[in-house]
Amino acid sequence: MKPVTAFSCPNCGASITMQAQGWSVTVACGTCGSVLDALHPTLRVLQRHAERLTFTPKIPLGTRGTINGRQYVVIGCQRVTITVEGVDYSWTEYVCFNPYHGFVYLSEYQGHWNVIEKLRTRPEEHGGTAVLHDGRTFRHFQSANARTTFALGEFPWELRVGDEVRARDFVSPPYLLSAEGTALETTWSMGRYTPPAEIARMFGIKALDTRATGVFANQPNPHLSSARRVRRVWGWLTVAWAAMLVAALLLTAKQEVLVERGEFARANGEANAVVLGPFELTGRSSNVRVNVRSDVSNDWVWFGLALIDDETGQARDFSAQTSYYYGRDSDGNWSEGSQKDDVTVAEVPSGRYLLRVAPEGDPIGARVVNYEVRVVRDVPSMLLFGLAFGALLLPMAFAWWPTIGFESRRWNESDHEGVVLSFPPEEART
Amino acid sequence: MTAPAGQRHACPSCGASIVFLWAQAVQTTCEFCKSVLVRTGLDLEKVGQQADFPATASPVQIGMMGRWGQRTFTVVGRLTYEWARGRWNEWYLRLGDGNGAWLSDAQLEYALTTEVAPGKPLPDPMSLSVGDTVATDRYRFVVTNITLAEYVGTEGELPFATGGRALSTFVDLITQNGIFATLDGSETPPLLFMGDYVSWDDMAPQGAREFEGW
Repeated sequence: MKPVTAFSCPNCGASITMQAQGWSVTVACGTCGSVLDALHPTLRVLQRHAERLTFTPKIPLGTRGTINGRQYVVIGCQRVTITVEGVDYSWTEYVCFNPYHGFVYLSEYQGHWNVIEKLRTRPEEHGGTAVLHDGRTFRHFQSANARTTFALGEFPWELRVGDEVRARDFVSPPYLLSAEGTALETTWSMGRYTPPAEIARMFGIKALDTRATGVFANQPNPHLSSARRVRRVWGWLTVAWAAMLVAALLLTAKQEVLVERGEFARANGEANAVVLGPFELTGRSSNVRVNVRSDVSNDWVWFGLALIDDETGQARDFSAQTSYYYGRDSDGNWSEGSQKDDVTVAEVPSGRYLLRVAPEGDPIGARVVNYEVRVVRDVPSMLLFGLAFGALLLPMAFAWWPTIGFESRRWNESDHEGVVLSFPPEEART
Repeated sequence: MTAPAGQRHACPSCGASIVFLWAQAVQTTCEFCKSVLVRTGLDLEKVGQQADFPATASPVQIGMMGRWGQRTFTVVGRLTYEWARGRWNEWYLRLGDGNGAWLSDAQLEYALTTEVAPGKPLPDPMSLSVGDTVATDRYRFVVTNITLAEYVGTEGELPFATGGRALSTFVDLITQNGIFATLDGSETPPLLFMGDYVSWDDMAPQGAREFEGW
């Protein structure tokens, strides 16, 4: 049997060929745009449309292509328009037909393509913001009234130019779930984002424009997989970092070699300087930490410190400062500074050492300040670990910044403010 | 006891030979003079005339064989329904185990169903609206779609006589888990059909209609 049947348009007389006669419900004349009753033996006019056609589909009607390994012919095309905040956005929908396998649809918006199939099951709705289908959670993207603004060819439903349906879109890239219809009848369909180059290959259209503008609702995030790879490596490196931190805390000697208390009576001036020790530093060449604590209050004391090798007399100079102020103002209690300070001296060889402590302060208060000096051999350096952690975070920021930026551009087009960070589940890797 | 399958009859209208493919068929249509014939005992009685039978674009045809899961089937008859927005066919199938089943091809979406006992009285399909709940003894369905349709033609063998059937209500039902059913209001009480949506390839059809160029 010949599947293609020829008719003439009852409005303009142009010839009309039907590829899906028996299933098509409406056919729009390619010459005058009149909408005709495809079920009527001589194609009764449903909607006269005398305007000249101005829209040229990117895939001409009659083109055959391969979808999911099966051959389909493009038999119909409509322009659908939504108005958001006074601005019209239009996309194109194509009806594809196979006499055994039925209908599959394509949609195209600014170079973004979807291959769409009707669903036989109903997704589970979760309060309008999400739906569950096939184990995936789809986030609500946009709801709008979609109206047909142009039609050409055959449609397996009753179509009129100007018809409006309520359309709700939910996304889980690369999939898009759409609910169309009225309260009485809702049709669910699922689209799969398909790159334009793939559409060009499927339909053998070499000249198809493969540039796409902007980010589409269900366009897969191209940065996501590398960002996830970075996160995976980051995870392992962070585990290694934590292990090294624990090792440093456990393996360093943290040996207390000197604890001395002193008094700083300001009137004495230079005479306040004392030399503590001697004390032994043992083991490998490693750091020495000096902790200084004083009972300053609304006062400061600066400590000139020197670690002196008892044999050679070589000194390493450094300093610490305790400075603590507090009070009460209109905002309540406040305090500033600390009564404690510590200094780490790196790479100190083993040997006998002395510590020279020379406190200096404001002579005005003249109060005697008590202080304590502690010398600890071989303490773990938290600064290095902190720097290492920062260095680890850097590639994470570099990998996730574009990922989040892409999501932000996606969701800027939606009904929802701000970025909805909801990534699709990671595909199982084989 | 019904007549054995393959039994030959003569059309009481034109004398052409009528062969029943299926033993339990009640009605058939003479291929030559389009008389609608009903079996009464061992005789055939003409009960009507099939007018211009609407052409179908279905790839299913009488004699086609296929599979429904583990079961095999042969297409033996067809009922065509028309509703406000088109037509579809309900193909009558003889299963390998001798039972009957239906294959519907609306919008080229294929559904295989058999009649099941609801276990409790079903509501009048005319009284239902979309979103209503319909419960059988085992399932709790929600009404998804209501279609008012009339049959516009028959072909081949059917398990009942089609005379006297007018506009009927068909109610599509679905459970939370996606199990679907159809409530057929063409009889009182209504009939409940349950089954599976299948793809064309799922049925592994043999002897399907051929379309030039496909």
